[in-house]
Parts: sequence; C-alpha cells; structure tokens
Amino acid sequence: MKAFSRLTAMAAGAAALLTSAGASLAGLGQPSDWQMGLQDSVTPVMDDITSFNTFLFAITTAIAVFVLVLLAIIILRFNARVHPVPSRTTHNTPLEILWTIIPVIILAVIAVPSFRLLFIQLDVPKPDLTIKATGKQWLWSYSYPDNGNFEFDSTVVADKDLKPGQPRLLTVDNEVVVPVNKVVHVLVTGADVIHSFTVPSFGIRIDAIPGRVNDTWFKATREGTYYGQCSELCGVDHSFMPIVVRVVSEAEFNTWVGQAKQKYAAEAPAQPTAIAAASAPSR
Amino acid sequence: MDAIAHGAHVDHNGHAHPHGWRRYLYSTNHKDIGTMYLVFAMIAGVIGGIASMLIRGELMFPGLQIFHETHYYDVTVTEHGLIMIFFVLMPSMIGGFGNWMIPLMIGSPDMAFPRMNNISFWLLPASFALMMCSLFFVGEPGSYGAGTGWTLYAPLSTSGHPGPAMDFVILSIHLAGASSILGAINFITTIFNMRAPGMTMHRMPLFVWAELVTVFLLLLSLPVLAGAITMLLTDRNFGTTFFDPQGGGDPLLFQHLFWFFGHPEVYILILPGFGIISQIVATFSKKPVFGYLGMAYAMVAIGGIGFVVWAHHMYNVGMSASVQAYFIAATMVIAVPTGVKIFSWIATMWGGAVEFKTPMLWAVGFIFLFVIGGVTGVVLANAGVDRELHGTYYVVAHFHYVMAIAAIFAIFGGWYYWFPKITGYMYNETIGKLHFWLTFIGVNIAFFPQHFLGMAGMPRRIADYPDAFAGWNLISSIGAYIAGFAALVFFYGLAQAFLRKEPAAANPWGAGATTLEWTMPSPPPFHTYDTLPLVR
Repeated sequence: MKAFSRLTAMAAGAAALLTSAGASLAGLGQPSDWQMGLQDSVTPVMDDITSFNTFLFAITTAIAVFVLVLLAIIILRFNARVHPVPSRTTHNTPLEILWTIIPVIILAVIAVPSFRLLFIQLDVPKPDLTIKATGKQWLWSYSYPDNGNFEFDSTVVADKDLKPGQPRLLTVDNEVVVPVNKVVHVLVTGADVIHSFTVPSFGIRIDAIPGRVNDTWFKATREGTYYGQCSELCGVDHSFMPIVVRVVSEAEFNTWVGQAKQKYAAEAPAQPTAIAAASAPSR
Repeated sequence: MDAIAHGAHVDHNGHAHPHGWRRYLYSTNHKDIGTMYLVFAMIAGVIGGIASMLIRGELMFPGLQIFHETHYYDVTVTEHGLIMIFFVLMPSMIGGFGNWMIPLMIGSPDMAFPRMNNISFWLLPASFALMMCSLFFVGEPGSYGAGTGWTLYAPLSTSGHPGPAMDFVILSIHLAGASSILGAINFITTIFNMRAPGMTMHRMPLFVWAELVTVFLLLLSLPVLAGAITMLLTDRNFGTTFFDPQGGGDPLLFQHLFWFFGHPEVYILILPGFGIISQIVATFSKKPVFGYLGMAYAMVAIGGIGFVVWAHHMYNVGMSASVQAYFIAATMVIAVPTGVKIFSWIATMWGGAVEFKTPMLWAVGFIFLFVIGGVTGVVLANAGVDRELHGTYYVVAHFHYVMAIAAIFAIFGGWYYWFPKITGYMYNETIGKLHFWLTFIGVNIAFFPQHFLGMAGMPRRIADYPDAFAGWNLISSIGAYIAGFAALVFFYGLAQAFLRKEPAAANPWGAGATTLEWTMPSPPPFHTYDTLPLVR
C-alpha cells in the first residue's frame, strides 16, 4: 500500500534524523550531552549495528504508532457516549490469521539482517594484532603477546587529577594503543569476578569471566581516542574502571610499542595477573 | 465438602471464624489470605519505592551525593530489584488477586488446601525479615549488605561477598520460593479440581487461565533457582566449587541455572497482568473478550516458549554463534502470541461502548506502554544489537516499561476494579483518575529517557556517571519523583475510601461484568458458595 510504504519511509527518515542528530552532537568515541542515539561508528561492525538498529527503530516505531492510532480511534469512536450499543463480535477468523501471519513475516524480515550481523561479529577475521584484556577489581590489565608480552594496568584517573579536556570517569593513566585499519583480536578474561569489556564506538562487548578466555575483534578505521566502561557489576568500584583505546597510525604504534616495552618492563603490574585457565579462546 | 461439615458450618452463625490475631495468623480463608498478601505487597512496595527514590536521587546529578560509599548504592539497587519482584509484584498479582478472585470466579468455596495457603503467605514476612537482616551483616569486605544485583552472579556473590549478608539473601529467597511453589500446588489443584458444575476449562475467566499458566511456570522454574542459590550457599560455606574455576567449576553455570528460572520469572510477572487486563477490558467495553481461545492458548504458548529462551540474557558471555542464533529465533517467536493478545484486546474494545473509568484507564495505558516495552524487547532479542545495548540503560528502560509500568498498571487496574468487591466501598473516581494520570506522566518521564542513556552507552548499576549523561538522568529523576508523589495520592485515595465508606453494589460495573465474583455481595461473606453455583 502506498500510504503504508510512505509512512515507513517517514518513520525511517525520522529515525535517521534522530540518530544522526544524536550522532552530530556526539563527541567521537564518547557520549555527548543529551545524546539520544548510538555513538558514532569507527568500525565496519559498528556501521552494521547502527544501520540494523535504525532499521529496527523504524519497525518498532511503526508498530507503536499503529497501536496508538487504533487506541485513539477506540477512545474517540467507541466511547459509551457516542457509541452506546456494544457489538457482540467475538470472532473474525481472517483477521486472526492476518494478525498472526503479519508479525511472523515482520520477524522473518528482521531475522535476515540480524543473523548476518551476528556472524560478522563472531567470525573473527585473520588478526593483524592480538591483545589481551584482563578485568580486575577495579581496573583493566592489558598485555601485548605479539610484542614481547609486556603488560600494564589501566586505572581510572581521579577527578582531582584530571587535566583540562579529559572526560571525568572515562580517563585512565595508561591507554590501550592500537594501529588504525588493522584487525585487532582482543582476548578477554576476568581475574576475580565477572567484568565486561566494551567500546561502544567499535560495537564490541564481551564479558571478562574468570576461568574463561573470551574473544572479540575490531578494525578501527579512524584515529582517535575511544572510551568504554566496565559493563558487568563487579563490586564497589564498578563505576570506576573505564576502557580507553587510542587508535594511531602504524608508525606511531610501532614507536609506542618500543617505548611501552621499556616503560612497562620496568614497572611490574600492581596486581599480577593470575588466571587458572587454558590460553585458547573458549567456545 | 461432605454433608456433616456443611451442617456444622451452618450452625456456627456469627462465630463461623476465629477473631483477632488468630483470624489472620491461623487463617484458612482465601479472602483473608488474599487481603494479607495485598497489604504485605503495599508495605513492601513502599520500601522498594523508597529504594528507587534513593537510586534516582543519587543519579540525579553527576558525582556522589548520597552513596559516598558506593557499595551501599549496589545494595540499594539489589534490594530494590528483589523487593519489587518477590515482595510486591508476585504477592499482589498471584497471592493477592489470585487468592481473592480465583475461587470466586470458578465457583469454589475456597482453595484446595486452605491451610497450606496460610503458610504460603506467612513464609513471605519471614523471607522479607531475612532480606532485611542481610543489611546488618558484612557483604563485601568492609561494608554491609549484598550488592550483587538481583541476579546474584557468581563469583561476585561467592568470593566477592565473603560476609554473611549474601547468605541471608540466599535463605530469604529460599523461603520466598517455597511460598510460591506451595501456592502453585494449591492454585493448580484448585483450578483443575474445584470448578463449579458447568464451569468447563473453556468457560473459565481469562484471569484464571492467566494464573494457571503462571503457577505452572512457578512450579517448574523455582526449583531450578533453589538449586542454583543452594549451590551458591555450598560454594560459600561448604567447600564446593560449582562456580569456581580453580576447583573445576564455571561462573557461567550459575548464569544458565539462574536464567532458566529468570526468564520464566518475567512471564510470571506479566501473565497475571494479562489476565487482569482481559477482565477489565471486557467489563468496560461491555463486550466479551475477542477470541477467547486464542487468548487462553496464547498465554499457554508464551509460558511454554518462555522456558527455552533463557540465554538471551547471556548474549555476551562468549556463547557460540549458532547458540546465539537459536536464542534469537526462539525469543522472537514469543512476539507472535503476544501480538495476538494485544490485537485481541484492541478488537475487544472495537465496536464496544467503552466507559473510561479508572480501571479502564489503567488497562488502556497498559496496552500502549506494554507495546513500547515489548518492542524494545524485540530489539534486545537480536544479539547483534544487544552486543551494544546489553548492560546499558536501554535494558533498564525495557524492563521497567514492562514491569514497573505495564505490570504495575495491571495491578492498579485490578486494584480499582476489585476494590469495591474486596472492601465493600467505592473508591473516589476523581482521586483514582488523578492517581492514574500522575503515575502515567511520572513513569514515562522517568523511563523513556533511559532508552537514550542506554543508546549513548551508559552502563547499568553505576552510582556515578560521565558528565555527558547528566541531562537525561536529571529528567529521569524528576519523572521518578512525580511517580513517587502519585503513590502518595494512591494512599490518600485509599484512606479517603475507607473514611467515606460509600457502599458498593454487588456489581458496580454494569452489564459488562459477567464473571461470578460480581454475583456475590460487596464485600462477600466470609464463606462463599456454601451452595455451589450452577454455571450455564
């Protein structure tokens, strides 16, 4: 029906407007004031999540508006004052079939891009770099097994120690540094309780579970600094263990690796990582 | 009931039941027990509501204002969840309205096991007492109470909470679970065996169908929770390592066991609401519910499928792609019978002569707001996008829309609908409508912006947040306070009705109220159906 497809297009347009409005207000890699939509994407996976989310938003908005319109008609046309004699209709088999079949079709239409997105996220491409993140109470430890396996702690910077421009509760002392446009394989585990590693701009989230090595991957296509926060309740300072990934050029990354090897070899991590699990990702 | 007992009853005149405290402590009367459940739920609701006011107070501005020791924020969040689920929603909808209305609706003099009904109720104050006790014992080192979230994940709930507070929470939940399991046995037996002559299963009110499916879910899911939390108890106190990898265990085992209960639990929390809404919509549209069989069996389908979708709460634990794909598909299937119900309610009202009295306002509000909560659930069902939204305020928004909004609307709808029957008094329609509108405005302002917070990346269960989240958090807190004020209006209306004492007719709602409870006086006598009704 032409009216229906126009309505859907309008809904999709409104959705795109809302999310892009949110995105234009969003500081890259971190949330911005009054943000309503997802953070800006810097990976192909997040691009896919964003477009699938817009698609879902259009469908869900259409459904909610449809129900609202029906209720409005009922309130206006079938209230007892204007419609005092109730009908006795309790069945309408064609209608019942329709309102079973149409939702099934809508769900099938959702399922196709949904499964595609799922497999893109979970099929790890051949990695250019592997890093390991360990969630601890209450900081993240990162190691670089490809580069001599140096390890360092990444701890939140207290409010009073922030420099101007550094976002509160998101800034850390030692950031994760990765090269741009490279497939990074992230191995994640937990040292004590369950934590969760996420970077919204990358579209990744994976739990850090003791006794288990989980993994995710990303390919950042823009240089910059990207923030996330621990996403599984892990004790008193759950709010205070952010994740910061700085994406730099390959040359700058190599320089940083050289410096890091020296810096982090000299400083042993505050809490040595103790894991009692296999080193291969669990499935 | 045999003739001798029946004869003995008739002789007792005004002394047919005990008085004073014995009437309630030793009760074997479904109406008194139902009342006790409702009173209990109201008291617990105030306490759980105060917890939510504290949470929103903390989150109103960036920085720590109330909970300078953040463990107590986690404890408040945990208590808020456990209280609302186990001591407000379940007791009011199942113990309260279920006990009151099921026997009246099916033409039964009481429940199948009236004395077991009593212990089902009294286990709850005991459970609540243990829950409150937990606040006075060490949880995490150096602070009191359990701050694990209502989901109680190990290892935070085992090695992460070495003190006894967590053990009190576990024992509390054991009692609450036992209460519900015994209640389930009672309701199932009553509904299957004690319907009056002529009241076939396919003539039962939809509220009874809803309660029947709900209690089957309770019966089958609660033992799994009991097992899971017992394993927490033994890991904590008796040297087992079910959830400890260093002993060969796995934290994920807890999550699978918990959510195998946890997902049916959320249907337990909404199905009675579906039943209440069906009764209200039919009554105030002056039409029977559209598609009765579809409605009944949609609830059966929702309950059944609800048992095989649990891991959609676990999309980010590291499960394989094929397992996640299965759970995506199974979860989305539930949207179909749910849609059938929404459309059937709308079709019931369509062509009706709808009176928008207070109960009907709650019901119409339910239908729209449950659709909003439901569609965000469809979004979250897709693991690909849940990747981004899990553990954020988008999830908090979703479940508050379906629980704190829809389920609460069903409870208040049922409350105003059945208040005249239960108490014999009419409530004040103006105060009732004011309560509705204030609540409607408050909860929407409180929870709709939380979708934005989640999309923007705000995690759950954090006491302080990055400054960018301040705007919508302020709005959300204001909405919460409006809803909190609305609760005061509710209690004012309650007091006013009891002071005014305007008598209610047996059927204050007119021709649309066709179920058996409306044939009884308001309030009904202590014993009803000494002579069974004949249902044609």
